[in-house]
Amino acid sequence: MKKIEVEHLNLWYADFHALHDNTMSIREKIITSLIGPSGCGKSTLLRCLNRMNDLIEGVRIEGSVKIDGEDIYQMKSGLTALRKKIGMVFQRPNPFPLSIYENIAFGPKVHHMAKAGELDGIVEESLKAVHLWGELKDKLGKSALGLSLEQKQRLCIARLVAVKSEVLLMDEPCSALDPLATLKIEELMRYLKTDFTIVIVTHNMQQAARVSDETGFMLLGELVEFGRTTDIFTRPKDKRTEDYITGRYG
Amino acid sequence: MANLRKVKEFIIEKLIFTSGIASIVFVALIFIFLLAEGISVLRYVSLGSFIGGQFWYPISDPPKFGILPLILGSLLVTAGAIAMAVPLGIAAAFYIADVAPVKLRNLLKSCVEILSAIPSVVLGFLGIVILVPFLKHFLHLPTGLTALAGSIMLAFMALPTIISISEDAINAVPREYKEGAIALGATHWQTLTRVIIHGALPGIIAASMLGIGRVFGETMAVMMVTGNAAVIPTGLLQPVRTLTATIAAEMGEAAKGSPHYFALFAIGIVLFVISFLINLTADFLLHRGKNR
Ligand SMILES: Nc1ncnc2c1ncn2[C@@H]1O[C@H](COP(=O)(O)OP(=O)(O)OP(=O)(O)O)[C@@H](O)[C@H]1O
Ligand SMILES: [Mg+2]
Repeated sequence: MKKIEVEHLNLWYADFHALHDNTMSIREKIITSLIGPSGCGKSTLLRCLNRMNDLIEGVRIEGSVKIDGEDIYQMKSGLTALRKKIGMVFQRPNPFPLSIYENIAFGPKVHHMAKAGELDGIVEESLKAVHLWGELKDKLGKSALGLSLEQKQRLCIARLVAVKSEVLLMDEPCSALDPLATLKIEELMRYLKTDFTIVIVTHNMQQAARVSDETGFMLLGELVEFGRTTDIFTRPKDKRTEDYITGRYG
Repeated sequence: MANLRKVKEFIIEKLIFTSGIASIVFVALIFIFLLAEGISVLRYVSLGSFIGGQFWYPISDPPKFGILPLILGSLLVTAGAIAMAVPLGIAAAFYIADVAPVKLRNLLKSCVEILSAIPSVVLGFLGIVILVPFLKHFLHLPTGLTALAGSIMLAFMALPTIISISEDAINAVPREYKEGAIALGATHWQTLTRVIIHGALPGIIAASMLGIGRVFGETMAVMMVTGNAAVIPTGLLQPVRTLTATIAAEMGEAAKGSPHYFALFAIGIVLFVISFLINLTADFLLHRGKNR
C-alpha cells in the first residue's frame, strides 16, 4: 500500500531552488530513509510531508504530495488534523517545559481526543509503546526537561503515539545521542513499524542500511535514486549514488 | 617589574571592591538618613495613629498626621493601573513577539520605545488637557481629576516596561518548543497559551513586578491628574492623593525640623518599605518560577 506519494515536487526558499522535481512513493508500515550530503534538502523534503515549511516565510511549493490519496497542498482546512496524523520527531529532542505526564497529554488535549479519566490510560499506553513506562511510571509529575537525551527522544515519540499518528517523520533523531542510545532508538523504530509508517532522515549511511527497507538518495535538491535499501547499497543504478555510498563523494 | 604588577593588581582589586561596596553603603546611608529624620514623627503621633489615622491635616492646629488615606490612595491608583497595564502589556508582548508580521513588529517596537521616552510631566500634561475633561464629560463626574485618571496615566507609564521585558522573555523561549507543538497539530493559540507561556512565565512575572514598582513610585503624572484630596477613597471615580504626591507637593513648604517635615520623611519610609516588599515578592515569584 502506498501511504505517501510525492509527485514533481519543487520548493523554493525565496529565490533559492531547494527541491528539484522530486518524485517518490512511500509504502505503508515500512521504514524509508532519506540520505545524502549536508544541505542537499533532506530536511526540506521531510518538512514538506507535514507542511512544516508553511511556517517559513517566502517558501513556494509546486507539485503535489498525496497522503492516502489526498493532496495535502490542495486541502483548504484540516492542517492541524494533518499534523496530528503525520507526526514529527526532531533532531534535538524537544519535550515541552512541562511534566512528563503533561507532555504526553498535550496532544490528546489539544485535539479533544480524551474524556476526563481516559488521559491516564493514554499516557500509560504511550509510554509503554516507547518502553519508558517502567522507568518513568513513578515520576510522571516531574519535569520532562530532567530526562536523559534518549529518554527525551522516546518521550517525543510517545507524544505522537498518544495522538495516534500514522506516519512518523524523523529528522536525524539520533544525531544528539550516543551510539548505544542510537541502537536502542533504532530497535524501537523496528518495533514501531508494525503500526507506523516511518520516514527517517539520516546522515549516517550505516543507520540507513541497518534500519530502513527503502532508501532515497538526494543530491543538491534532486532525488537521485529511490528504491529498496539493499539495492541502493549493493547495486546502485546511478553513478552518483555509488560514489556517495562508497565514500567517494564529499 | 613583577612587584609593580602586583601593586597594580592590588589597587585595581581594591577599586572594584570599593565600587561594589559603594552601592551598599549608599543604600544604607539613604535608609539611615530617612529613618533618622522620619522616626522623629513619633514624638508627635503614635505609630498606630500615623499609619491608621484617617486625617491628614498637617498644618492645621493641632495638626493631624494620619496617612491612611494616602496609603490607600497610592494602592488604589496602583491597583487600577496594574489591572489595565498587565493584561494589556502581556497581550501586546505576545502579539509583537509571536503574531505580528515582521514590518508591523518593528513599527510597534519603535512605538513602545517612544512611549517609554515620554517624560512623565508631559504625560501628566496630556492627562490634564485631554484625559481629565474626557472622563468628566463621558462619565458625568463633578471632576475628572480622579483615581481613575491617575491609573490610566500610570498604566501608560508601566506599559513599555511590561511589554519590552515580557517580549524578551517570550523570544527567549526556544524555537523547538513552538515547532514541537505546531508539529503535533496544535493551533497557534494553543501553542502560545499552553507551551510558550510556560517558558516565558518567570520573565513575564518579573516584567509585571517591575511595572508595578515603576507605577508605585511615580509622582509627577499622578500628582497632576488625581485631584490630590487626602480622603479615604471609596472608588476609582473620586479624587485621591498618593504618598508620592504628598511628599512632592508639601516638602517645599514644610519648615525644616517641624513635625510636618518629619512626617513627610516618615511617609518616605513607608514608600520605601512598600517598594521593598514589591521587589521581594517579585524575587520570590521569579525563583519559584525557575525552580519548577
Ligand atoms: N529557511 C531557509 N531559508 C533559506 N534556505 C534554506 C532554509 N532552510 C534550508 N535552506 C537551504 O536549503 C538547502 C537544503 O537544506 P536542508 O536543511 O533541507 O538540508 P539537509 O539535507 O537537511 O541538510 P543537513 O544534513 O545539514 O540537515 C540548503 O542549501 C539550505 O541552506
Ligand atoms: Mg537537515
